[in-house]
Amino acid sequence: MEALTWTGSLGTILNPVLMVLVALLTVAVVAQIVLGFFAAPMTLQSNPDGTLQARGGALGKAESGVKYLFLATLVVFVAYLVVPQVMPYGSAGIIGEMTKRFLPVWVSLIALFTVSIIYKRKLGLYGKLFDSTVGMIGFGLVMFWGFTALYVGVFDMIITHDYLSQVSGLKNKTPGVPVPEGTEGLIPHYLLGGDNLARDIFSRMVTGSVFVIAIAPLATIFAFMVGITLGLPAGFYGGKLDTVLSFVANLILAFPVILLFYLLVTPEIVLTGIPSYMAAFLFVFPLIFFGVLLNSRYYTQPAKRTAILVPVLGILGWLYLSVINQKGTVIDFLPAWLDLFDISILVVFVSVVFVNAPTVFRIVRGLTLDLRTRDYVAAAQTRGEGAWYIMLWEILPNARGPLIVDFCLRIGYTTILLGTLGFFGLGLSSESPDWGSTINEGRKLLLIYAHPALPPAVALLSLVLGLNLLADGLREESLKD
Amino acid sequence: MGLFILRRLGVMLLTAFCLTFIVFWLTNLAPNLEKLAKTQGNARMSDEAVVSWLENRGYSQALPVKYGQWLGVLPGYVIEGGDGELRARCAGPGVEVADASKFCGILQGDWGYSTVFKDEVGSIVGTRLGLTGKLMFWVMVVMVPGALIIGVLAGMREGSRTDRTLSTVSIVSTATPEYVSGVVFISVFATATFGMQWFKGTATSAMDDATFENFFLPVITIALYGMGYIARMTRASMTEVMTAQYIRTARLKGVSFPKIVLKHALRNALIAPFTVIMLQFPWLLNGVVIVETLFNYKGFGWVLVQAAGNNDIELLLGVSIVSVFVVLITQLISDIGYVFLNPRIRIS
Repeated sequence: MEALTWTGSLGTILNPVLMVLVALLTVAVVAQIVLGFFAAPMTLQSNPDGTLQARGGALGKAESGVKYLFLATLVVFVAYLVVPQVMPYGSAGIIGEMTKRFLPVWVSLIALFTVSIIYKRKLGLYGKLFDSTVGMIGFGLVMFWGFTALYVGVFDMIITHDYLSQVSGLKNKTPGVPVPEGTEGLIPHYLLGGDNLARDIFSRMVTGSVFVIAIAPLATIFAFMVGITLGLPAGFYGGKLDTVLSFVANLILAFPVILLFYLLVTPEIVLTGIPSYMAAFLFVFPLIFFGVLLNSRYYTQPAKRTAILVPVLGILGWLYLSVINQKGTVIDFLPAWLDLFDISILVVFVSVVFVNAPTVFRIVRGLTLDLRTRDYVAAAQTRGEGAWYIMLWEILPNARGPLIVDFCLRIGYTTILLGTLGFFGLGLSSESPDWGSTINEGRKLLLIYAHPALPPAVALLSLVLGLNLLADGLREESLKD
Repeated sequence: MGLFILRRLGVMLLTAFCLTFIVFWLTNLAPNLEKLAKTQGNARMSDEAVVSWLENRGYSQALPVKYGQWLGVLPGYVIEGGDGELRARCAGPGVEVADASKFCGILQGDWGYSTVFKDEVGSIVGTRLGLTGKLMFWVMVVMVPGALIIGVLAGMREGSRTDRTLSTVSIVSTATPEYVSGVVFISVFATATFGMQWFKGTATSAMDDATFENFFLPVITIALYGMGYIARMTRASMTEVMTAQYIRTARLKGVSFPKIVLKHALRNALIAPFTVIMLQFPWLLNGVVIVETLFNYKGFGWVLVQAAGNNDIELLLGVSIVSVFVVLITQLISDIGYVFLNPRIRIS
């Protein structure tokens, strides 16, 4: 077996084209920015047929040049993704094989975007996202990793080799290296090379997405539950409650995050059981949140309330007990048949929630302080609604815009935090394929072999970037109302 | 104003007190002390030996007592150990037990003794802070002007192509954590992989002699992450100012656009970013820890990692006091500075 090159035979045609296009595009963009500083402000003038006149002169030419060159470059990039699908194995190089591996993801993305764009007027804020280019790019990046995690985690599809198996002779080998006879996984090459322990970097990178996609949104949701349940009363009632809660929040925020992680996420601390107690405290907030939410809505109809509340709290309570109940820790009282699952990285989860919750608290408190003076709150008070009804059913829905935007940003921030934990080797085993740990593994030999650290770094960057762009698009679209 | 500062100082002291107590409590938990005994004494110590090692060195006292001694409000312990040796908290190396002073804590200026570096905590923190100060100075020199220029250029014509390009650049930079950008920069600019070996991949030599070659990568790695955030805040503040009435008046008077930006808009647009820049300090501390580990620059962040990884209690406490005070003082400065800079608040 020969080693794969980056672009294979496809590259002999497309690479020169791409290089020329990128060079031209760069020149055009620079020209446009420089000319833009000296341009007179444009006055809009319409043609006889009702269309607007294009800007003339050198700047106008640069602008239209940028547009067409950008489209041409985009077409070439799409060609890199589409053409390999019909080429035989190995002829399209490493990039071609990778796009082939990601085929289910491409199909799902295209399906999702087509359906969403067709029905975007019926889908509320989510549909409006498809009016903004930035939002669409962000959503595309996020869903790319979302689908990747789904197919890898549930169906075992995209990976080419087992992410833990080591193949002798492939230690630190460069991308496209062929594997020896008899050790082929699904394909006879390591697409992105081998790492320090001769494991397939590509498979480790895509497996790492499962960890992030499973933990980051969930931890953020928990942080939001804690922040909302405490922030609403703090902002609504004010007074001593607000002073105490704000002091505690500021206390946690004044801690340097890394110091907190080093103090909380160590095997010694896990032995003392502090993370289990913290989990028991923090994870009770979703129970309180949903209990109060439903009770405040239906307490005038006791029969209906009980019918809804009992099953909801029952299921949540069961989940709660299974999450905090861990074999071999201080909280271990449930019989095994009742315990649904054991989370091995509970301490990581808890500390990420713990770090995020105070910021959410401050945001919710600030929004509540602002919204509690509105007329609809006064109207609800006049109707005789309870305080919790006003907070959860009047104020919270009206605060949703900033909260949704912050939610997206915060998932990105949580991803960064998880990476930081992995980077310092805290709480996760060194075998773990998550991106932070793999970057940490790769950086030790970074000056000799650069290729093991780069794929997880780029993957993490693209996911966080996607979440940031998504938040930006959502903010823009929600402000248009 | 005076009352405001006094109240803030009071809250600050209370916060510092609570935080150090939490750090003290977490580092003095039984498993941590056992690990400390085994790393300092003998890795194969029996349980009884661990207990007596800890008792002899005053670790087995009640938590508030230990905290009081560390703080300097309770007299330091003098313990005659099971092995017949007399040990006192205030008797460090070179000081006899009989000559030791009664109190030795933070209030007396005694920061304690590091078990990892075998040195006084005060001097370790001092030298390392100096090194990190050098790093931070250059980060600020790169980050603040860069961010302000990007923000002002993007914000002066909202919605233009320059705005959209620069906003995207700042979003990309906020989405790149230091450990990602650092790894990418090192592999692109410090290894032979891409044929652009322009800089050094470690900053160890920069501790004595910082040159452009060995110091640029760590500085730009920290600066880039903070830059995007400040630039976006500056942009937001600039766009708000540019729609204000007095800017419209200036335009209608026929003032040229560059003059409007420089003379009328800029000063007012820079009030909000000032607060943001001050509040960035605590975040920079995070970046400093990552970058110093990545580039092997033995500054304050590197000491934090060493102290936390080895449960070096007194060094860790010293480090957390310094970092907590950095956070709280920057908050105070940003509050006061905001009041001074903003004429609407200052005059009323």
